[in-house]
Amino acid sequence: MISRRRFIGSLGIGAGGLLLSGCDRLNRSETFRGVLRSSEGLTMRAQRLIMDRNALAREFSESDLSPVFRSNGTSMPGSPAFQALIPNGFADWRLVVDGLVQRPLSLSLAQLRAMPTRTQITRHDCVEGWSAIGKWHGVPLGLVLDSAGLRDRARYIVFHCADYFGDFPYYESIDLIDAFHPQTILAWGMNNRLLDVPHGAPLRLRVERQLGYKHAKYVMRVEAVDSLAGVYRGKGGFWEDSTDYAWYAGI
Amino acid sequence: MSASKAAEVPGPRELEARRPDGKLVLRHRLPTRIWHWVNALVVFIMLMSGLMIFNAHPRLYWGSYGANYDKAWLVVGSTPSRGFVEVAGLRLDTTGVLGRWTDRRGVVVRRAFPYWATIPSSYNLAAGRRWHLAFAWLLALGLPLFWAVSLLNGHVRRDLAPRRDELSPGHIWEDIKDHAQLRFPKGEAALRYNILQKLSYAAIVFVVLPLLVMTGLTMSPAVDTALPWLPDLFGGRQSARSIHFILAALTSLFILVHLVMVVLAGPFNEVRSMITGRFRIPPEPAEEEGQ
Repeated sequence: MISRRRFIGSLGIGAGGLLLSGCDRLNRSETFRGVLRSSEGLTMRAQRLIMDRNALAREFSESDLSPVFRSNGTSMPGSPAFQALIPNGFADWRLVVDGLVQRPLSLSLAQLRAMPTRTQITRHDCVEGWSAIGKWHGVPLGLVLDSAGLRDRARYIVFHCADYFGDFPYYESIDLIDAFHPQTILAWGMNNRLLDVPHGAPLRLRVERQLGYKHAKYVMRVEAVDSLAGVYRGKGGFWEDSTDYAWYAGI
Repeated sequence: MSASKAAEVPGPRELEARRPDGKLVLRHRLPTRIWHWVNALVVFIMLMSGLMIFNAHPRLYWGSYGANYDKAWLVVGSTPSRGFVEVAGLRLDTTGVLGRWTDRRGVVVRRAFPYWATIPSSYNLAAGRRWHLAFAWLLALGLPLFWAVSLLNGHVRRDLAPRRDELSPGHIWEDIKDHAQLRFPKGEAALRYNILQKLSYAAIVFVVLPLLVMTGLTMSPAVDTALPWLPDLFGGRQSARSIHFILAALTSLFILVHLVMVVLAGPFNEVRSMITGRFRIPPEPAEEEGQ
């Protein structure tokens, strides 16, 4: 009986070790990663199925605001060109809207602020697990895209940012369902003030039904494309390209 | 088919089963066995990839929001020389296991859970999430399927639901004493789950696992948009994350006790019964022979 117990016990320990090294080995296999990744498409379709296209993420009240909204990722883009924009309040900054549009635009911060403003108090959920509640003021992305006039072939909206990680700029992308969602805004203000640099000044994306890394900061250019394959390294975002984060970040 | 039904009307097979050499009888039906082994794998992967995700932000909060500047009720952290767990302000030194530990190559790492507890074994949030969110589908779809099959084939009614007399405090206390003294049922009684087994299995199947799935979904901003009652139910996303972690800890405790019990009750017979379904009835004590 004891030998049986020992046998089963060592079997258990052996299985544990095998599981660990086996999982690491599986994780290095591109085929296996592909199998796991296919569940991401399933997750996106399932979430889109149970969620109305225009369903709004919860909006909170002033009393729910996080006392301190931590900044994450880049808190000061390193390029001299960007830093030269700061002293006069981004008066020389322009948002470029181009790609598959009828009328490419170049918009100043004043022009964006003159457009209809949406204010929303929402919960920001980081992929790491923390959450912070902030108040955002901005122009609905749909209005900007409509004034540029999307071409029929446009499928995704890419946000090019001013911050670099090594050789690569930060960027993100969303599809047209999220791009035209009422709460998807290009925010120029936060908590009743103009956006500060750690939180993405002069302009950042809010795409409230997805995780924090989709909310690109320091947006310089909005580009409409028909495919993400040709954009940087092809997976639709800086973290997607560099560490294989999921492109759809609804969970 | 059912052993417990046979016990009500002792027949020749029943008498044969009481012979000291013990008889092989069917104990676990095929759906139970399949679900058990699928879950044995899935739950381990969920726990270990979950700890990888936890390592990305090893702090837990109550309420809707919670980040570095907010008050955490649980923190796994480190000083330059020690690892610690802080629960409700009480700091426990966990150097070597949690917060600060040594990896396979002897390198000191200051991170919450050690390499041997996470999938993958090195820090990789993208991979941990990919494993967790893929296998979550198997857990979340397998559970209601198992409920449906077990309701239909009588597993719930016959094996899991406690009888009224079993729920009396006296009976439960007797069973606690039996467990504490490692007295395991013999003969026909070994075929039925005792009350502590029934309660713990039912708690895992009908409370802990579904709540794990639900609190997991509550961490999704998209699911919260589609089903806003979910964050309300758990008191906000960060509360849901805390409850998710507590339930995962309870699941780990359940697995630990379950494995210890399997080993103590006779691992060969128990494991065989969960693989082939066949269980050898442990012989009655000698003085009860021939009754």
